[in-house]
Amino acid sequence: MLSIKNLHASIEDKEILKGINLEVKAGEVHAIMGPNGAGKSTFASIVAGNENYNVTDGEIVLDGEDISELAPEERAHKGVFLSFQYPVEIPGVSVTNFIKTSINENRKANGKEEMPANEMLKLIREKSELLEIDRKFLSRSLNEGFSGGEKKRNEIFQMAMLEPKLAILDETDSGLDIDALRIVANGVNKLKSQNNAVVVITHYQRLLDYIIPDFVHVLMDGKIVKSGGKELAYELEEKGYDWIKNELN
Amino acid sequence: MELKEKLISSFMAFEEKIDVNSDLHDVRTSAIKNFENKGFPTKKEEAWKYTSLNSILKNDFSVFPKHENAVDFAEVKKYFLHEIDTYKVIFVDGIFSSFLSSTTHDGLDVCLMSSALTKPKYKMVIDEYFNKIASKDETLTTLNTAFANEGAYINIPKSKVVEKPIEIIYFSTGKENALLVQPRNLVIVNENAHVQIIERHQSLNENPVLTNSVTEIFAQKRAIVDYYKIQNDLQSANLIDNTYIAQKNQSHASVHTFSFGGNITRNNLNFYHQGEHIDSTLKGITIIGNKQHVDHYTLVNHATPNCESHQNYKTILADSSTGVFNGKIFVEKEAQKTDAFQQNNNILLSDKATINAKPQLEIFADDVKCSHGCTIGQLDENAMFYMQQRGIPKKEAKALLMYAFSNEVIESIKIPELKQRITKIIAMKLGVNLGFDL
Repeated sequence: MLSIKNLHASIEDKEILKGINLEVKAGEVHAIMGPNGAGKSTFASIVAGNENYNVTDGEIVLDGEDISELAPEERAHKGVFLSFQYPVEIPGVSVTNFIKTSINENRKANGKEEMPANEMLKLIREKSELLEIDRKFLSRSLNEGFSGGEKKRNEIFQMAMLEPKLAILDETDSGLDIDALRIVANGVNKLKSQNNAVVVITHYQRLLDYIIPDFVHVLMDGKIVKSGGKELAYELEEKGYDWIKNELN
Repeated sequence: MELKEKLISSFMAFEEKIDVNSDLHDVRTSAIKNFENKGFPTKKEEAWKYTSLNSILKNDFSVFPKHENAVDFAEVKKYFLHEIDTYKVIFVDGIFSSFLSSTTHDGLDVCLMSSALTKPKYKMVIDEYFNKIASKDETLTTLNTAFANEGAYINIPKSKVVEKPIEIIYFSTGKENALLVQPRNLVIVNENAHVQIIERHQSLNENPVLTNSVTEIFAQKRAIVDYYKIQNDLQSANLIDNTYIAQKNQSHASVHTFSFGGNITRNNLNFYHQGEHIDSTLKGITIIGNKQHVDHYTLVNHATPNCESHQNYKTILADSSTGVFNGKIFVEKEAQKTDAFQQNNNILLSDKATINAKPQLEIFADDVKCSHGCTIGQLDENAMFYMQQRGIPKKEAKALLMYAFSNEVIESIKIPELKQRITKIIAMKLGVNLGFDL
């Protein structure tokens, strides 16, 4: 589904990604771990199309098409979803109105009619129940005054509504208490299918107890330096990232 | 003939039509003298440094419309807040339109300045209030005073809570090649009374119009006045709005100014405190483009202790438009425990747009809380990326962000239908259809 080849990217002449290769197939869960400053969030942001970074080499292929030149919204229309580490506040626009706009813009771009109001309501009800979100929450301004946990839960709620092909979860576990973590992870697991894929970006192994990865990759200094199965996450938790640094040296 | 000379000679003609043996005549005469001495303001004056009227003054304005012009209601319905019942004081080319209006004398006066100025039963009120807070020095205000004879006269008696908002609309038909109108409004809100007023100036075709309007508002003890100005006129229209508000003990007065249209718009908004525990609110949203120009020149004169003022102006400038915010807070020595707040946020969408922002705080009391904040920036790129990531195209994402930016001011509109109307105008200005009412 997603095939990243030799991806190099920079910001203001500073190279941040130094040749990343990653193959993600439908139905798989991949975890990308790494120390702070390794380039994990940058990587997520670049796959989603953040125009602040320059892709200097390599390609990002989604279902056979190189999307590295597409605008963020065009990638979204093709089924790329990024759950933000720091979701943005939009005063005056309710969660409901925002997700409605988002869904209908995605449908429009894919040549579909707007979703009928009753269908939309039904979907909102269903997905908010899945993530144990209070109805009152949905009429609040998007992310305004939300706690860290509420913001993350709202991100996964939007993901559930949009049903993306490729979901990248950037540090979704940060700011979540254990109950919220369980709810969010449960939401993600319920959305998993043989037709979509999830890339989980995390600093800690904690989230991976709930969302079990098929593959774990270690990103350090702009490159994937080690890949393995889920046991690699435990090993990292136990031995720390220095272990890999030493191994590389 | 230059406009100034034309106006001075027109004043003589005007005098012939009115009663020269009244106190009003003296007021008018000294007003025209002041204008004659000072003329139109130029950029050399500090207060007009960023706004030039030169390009407008070249027009050969008609000062008195030649005939009464009628307009069809259907043609102008959209400018009314027609979703709800309102009192209406409507003028066409400066002349009262009884056909479009809905005035009252039943328990409150919502009627005409021309009656108030001439009928004996209003004399006491006129003597007490007319031209009492309007500047006798500011040249355009005095020009208005000299010719003052028509506008809205609103007098709300003690403890009267006016359920329906009052709409004051000045239409220009464009049947004159170029028209100068000088509306004069007087609003008196007596003790414990409460009123909401919406004012609008609207051209119906592209012939140039210059409106030089003066409004005096008196908020007596514990009165509540909410005044909304909708400035969404055609780009051939120019507006100089001079509004003066005097507030007594515990009164609340708010003025919201929504500036989306017009060619040159200047808002001189002045608040004077004449009692304690007064609350004044000045808010505005300006969204303009092309070569439009909007200048907010505000003054809050804290002359008495224990009063509050809140200012919040949001400006979004596209293309080669220019904005000015000059916000003056004056805290006199006696005005201890003043709490004055001023905020002015500006977004420039183009390299050619300009904002001149100038907070001016003059504080002579020592136990006060005064704060001001001014920002000038572009749209937040992270927020743009966030919305685009959710599939929302750039244009719509921009619009949502600009709406969010203005939201603080929109939220404080107390008339729900007006709030809806303003958000619709904003969506239209931003050129988006988001599938929901913003």
